[in-house]
Amino acid sequence: MEFVLAILVGGLFAAGLYTILRRSIVRIAIGLVLLGHAANLLIFTAARLTRYAAPIVPAGAETVTQPVADPLPQAMILTAIVISFGVLVFALVLIRRVYSVVGSDDVDSLTTTDRPDE
Amino acid sequence: MNELVILPLIIPLAAAGASLAAWGRRRVQRWLAVLGTGGLLVAAIALLVAVRQEGYLVVEVGGWPAPFGIVLVADVLSAIMVVLTGLIGFAVALYSLSTVEARHEAFGYFPLVQILLLGVCGAFLTGDIFNLYVWFEVMLIASFVLLALGGRRSQIEGALKYVTINLIASVMFLVAAGILYGLTGTLNMADIALRLDALPAPGLQTALAMLFLVAFGIKAAVFPLFFWLPASYHTPPAAVSALFAGLLTKVGVYALLRTFTLVFDNDAEFTHTLILIIAGLTMITGVLGALAQREVRRILSFLIIAGVGYMLMGIGLFSVLAITAAVFYLIHDMVVKTNLFLLGGVIRRITGSYELARSGGLYAGYPALAVLFLVPALSLAGVPPFSGFMAKLGLVQAGLADGQFLIVGVALAVSLVTLLSMGRIWQEAFWKRLPEGTSTDVQAPGRQLLRLSQLPIAMLALITVGIGIFGQPVFELAQAAALQLLEPAAYIEAVLGVQP
Repeated sequence: MEFVLAILVGGLFAAGLYTILRRSIVRIAIGLVLLGHAANLLIFTAARLTRYAAPIVPAGAETVTQPVADPLPQAMILTAIVISFGVLVFALVLIRRVYSVVGSDDVDSLTTTDRPDE
Repeated sequence: MNELVILPLIIPLAAAGASLAAWGRRRVQRWLAVLGTGGLLVAAIALLVAVRQEGYLVVEVGGWPAPFGIVLVADVLSAIMVVLTGLIGFAVALYSLSTVEARHEAFGYFPLVQILLLGVCGAFLTGDIFNLYVWFEVMLIASFVLLALGGRRSQIEGALKYVTINLIASVMFLVAAGILYGLTGTLNMADIALRLDALPAPGLQTALAMLFLVAFGIKAAVFPLFFWLPASYHTPPAAVSALFAGLLTKVGVYALLRTFTLVFDNDAEFTHTLILIIAGLTMITGVLGALAQREVRRILSFLIIAGVGYMLMGIGLFSVLAITAAVFYLIHDMVVKTNLFLLGGVIRRITGSYELARSGGLYAGYPALAVLFLVPALSLAGVPPFSGFMAKLGLVQAGLADGQFLIVGVALAVSLVTLLSMGRIWQEAFWKRLPEGTSTDVQAPGRQLLRLSQLPIAMLALITVGIGIFGQPVFELAQAAALQLLEPAAYIEAVLGVQP
């Protein structure tokens, strides 16, 4: 299972990087989404895939009585998903602004920052 | 005493909340900004005093014992950085009083500044690698909005470039943190350092170190990952550029300083030599880029990159004197760069342009401003008696002691060319006659505001002179930080309570 996920993570990274290198600004956003997914899946895989139970201490016991899954990577991924969601929304609004100000979806037309100030 | 560690997080958070509640009431928001940043500065100084007296201050958030919960750790370096954050925040808030336009304030300029300060302070104080990621994101999202606030075409374009590259850096950081967790099973930095030492996978550790180097290197704008910085820093209002110039790249440098002394010190032969090479290239590209520019803030943007090179040089040399000099340089650079960007804003106010070709005559019209410019400009170039001289002297001495003559030669040459760049701004903006058809006369209502905006500049210039003249205590402070950084065992013991 690790092997399959490793290939999937690699594929997502490759697809994300390829999409980011395209000239269309919208594709950059899609590439960022793919990269974020790749990172989350990578954390999920790197922290070991197990078939153990949920980490809940049974009633009356002081500690867990059977092997449990590690909840921390899931907490990390959840945090990362929330953050990347918020950031993505901002990026989409920004892209919308870029399109309405520049009138183009081509990254090659974003040259104002390299020209002298008007 | 440990509450002092949390105060630098609570104060900006409270100020941001209060400022949001006062949405639309400009006067209240302005005073909250000054009060909040001033309070942060006072709390940070108290923290520094406490850390100097008691050593490490550790807070286990929510009462969960380390390494299971998130810890906040204040050592001398963290405390110094928080003090500088408070100082820069305070200076920028004062400057904003007289310069920020109503359309920026209307969209939450002041609350965003507080949130940015919150993220920066959090990054300096946390002892948990994933928590560091979260603080980075807090800082980034605030900086995204601040950069785009106002919505001029160049700002929107600059923001897109800045956002894209920083998000890629965040993904790299996340990947590195995830693999590190898979390798060690912990997120607490002290615990990671402890467990990595016992781990028999040096190759994987070095690969991980490289991932962190790229992730933090993008934030710190090192060669060849710096392209976002000169594409975006000259676009927002002057106060925002000054805030970014003083704080954001330095958070990246701090993260490098922290991880490459505490966690990744096992393969120093390879990693720190690589950092040294990057340092040299960063200095050279930065200063050559600055020479090619003809606009105040673009010149300064490239000089930020050159400055990062000097700090990396200290990390790469990796001796007590070198790290001391790097910390000293960090202190000097944050104050000076903020000040120069604020001065750039004043030049623009008077002449109407950041373009050097269109400005001039400032020495004749504003002699006091010329003196205020000379202090940080000469300090940046490393002219005694200002702060930059001591910092560069330390780095050069450390390099000579280590036998790294090449990097010492580069550092000295870059320093000379920096003087040339500063000389150009001086010559063009201050010395040269006014171009035909322009004027440096500011109308009557603006004059009062102009004088007010020079108050934080004078304050920062005074600090630059102070660091230069009273160099000894500051140097001792930096040395205390360096000694702690090079003694990871003490950090681990303070956080985990076990002898490594």
